[in-house]
Amino acid sequence: MSKPILSVKNLNKTYAGGFQALKNIDLEIQKGEIFALLGPNGAGKTTLIGCVCGVVNPTSGDILVDGHNIKEDFRLTRKLIGLVPQELTVEMFEPVLDTVNFSRGLFGMAPEATHIENILKKLALWEKRNNRIMTLSGGMKRRVMIAKALSHEPQLLFLDEPTAGVDVELRRDMWDQVKELQELGVTIILTTHYIEEAEEMADRIGVINKGEIIVTENKNKLMQKFGRKELILDLNEKLDKLPESLSQWNLELNSTGEHIKYIYDSTKEENGISQLLSDLCAVDITFKDVHTDQSTLEEIFIQLVKR
Amino acid sequence: MNFYAIRAIYNFEMARMWRTMAESIASPVITTTLYFVVFGAAIGSRITEIDGISYGAFIVPGLIMLSILNESTANGSFGIYMPKFTGTIYELLSAPVSYIEILLGYVGAAATKSMILGILILITASFFIPLEIKHPVLMFVFLVLTSISFSMFGFLIGLWADSWEKLQIVPMLIITPLIFLGGSFYSIYMLPPFWQKVSLLNPVVYLISGFRWSFYEKSDVSLTVSLVMISVFLVTCLLLTRWTLKTGYRLKS
Repeated sequence: MSKPILSVKNLNKTYAGGFQALKNIDLEIQKGEIFALLGPNGAGKTTLIGCVCGVVNPTSGDILVDGHNIKEDFRLTRKLIGLVPQELTVEMFEPVLDTVNFSRGLFGMAPEATHIENILKKLALWEKRNNRIMTLSGGMKRRVMIAKALSHEPQLLFLDEPTAGVDVELRRDMWDQVKELQELGVTIILTTHYIEEAEEMADRIGVINKGEIIVTENKNKLMQKFGRKELILDLNEKLDKLPESLSQWNLELNSTGEHIKYIYDSTKEENGISQLLSDLCAVDITFKDVHTDQSTLEEIFIQLVKR
Repeated sequence: MNFYAIRAIYNFEMARMWRTMAESIASPVITTTLYFVVFGAAIGSRITEIDGISYGAFIVPGLIMLSILNESTANGSFGIYMPKFTGTIYELLSAPVSYIEILLGYVGAAATKSMILGILILITASFFIPLEIKHPVLMFVFLVLTSISFSMFGFLIGLWADSWEKLQIVPMLIITPLIFLGGSFYSIYMLPPFWQKVSLLNPVVYLISGFRWSFYEKSDVSLTVSLVMISVFLVTCLLLTRWTLKTGYRLKS
């Protein structure tokens, strides 16, 4: 496996008041992936991002970006990182173009009008380039922040709740833009409250709760590992109760007696569906429709956080 | 050295001055003109000369210092407090910039604004009184050192302040009284002996005195002492700012 773009080792952060926001965090992010960091409010997502970006002083631990320590090689590592924070923090009185150019210069990059123009066009901000930021809508301000973060061509982009307060259409546009960035080789770490966003975009999911990473897993594997699958059978004739001979299947009969639900493990080769259908036929239970249902990432997330 | 960052910060800060020309330039120039009218014309008609210098000419260095000290402190503090207040400070903290580059950008811009203002006041003064500057190079050195020192002092206030009230409190309650009691409008030798000694505890006395010497070769304290005092103040501010930025005091959690 290639060198990770981000490696966090035994990271701890205790705030002045004694609150321990991060507890022995170990995390590796591979180049080019989209990693979604999920967690309830106050779980430590923003603190973790803050530690990597230099906004928060870690109490202990090491952070390497592209193999370089962020303390010893702060110039090199920070140039590789772009950050879009959670709060809408922009220079309200500045024109869009000026603030984006400022960000590029701040990160030690020579002015590059074409690059800035491309970013602003992609984010549908080019027409507004000479407008003061205070005159823009909330969604546009959010895009200005993304433009600022992209101005210095980062390799590792942190998006802390990037679509908060953004309408559905624009959110879809942003997802497309994030995918495009990934295609250009940018590694993206995003936190979000919209689980569907993580489900849509992420390659890997990390769940953080009370300052601890409780799981990091490939999205599909995570859904297989923690998700459950249900087989629902719509019966031809209502049942009062299930026959004793079917007790081994742990079936659930709904209150109206019209559906039978069977929960099975989709990761196992032998999930028992064929045998179940045979057993049902054997006791003259017939059905008019069959369908399956799978846990969403949201249900898995809730299940993990409540454990 | 991240020169692009220094340039970006500097230009960003200077842009604010050009954008708010009335507040940044016109307002201090008009205020200073009023000082000339009130102190120069009204009081000057009663105090004709101090140390052989006409009263109108005598107050020119003091008035320039008054504006420079006020504006340097205000510009230096506002420049860094504004991103703290709006939250955009995250960008500065996450950028590949060292403390010296941050200082060069913010303090450089604040000091430049003050120097522009100082020169404008000097030009304004020349319309009211015939001006002579015996040591223009030394005058410029004082102008630069004072602008940088107090811009850095203001920058420290901006780093320390966590409210608009705190941002105003030091300039209003400390800087302004020190300037007014620092010999802007009088020679400290016009005071009773006890208050002369008390005045020597005021660092602004040394700045105004040295600056005035560069104009007329007349001063309340020796030129060397003035230069040493401003240098000590500059180094103290530099060390404090360095510590603040390196540790992230009031910037990072």
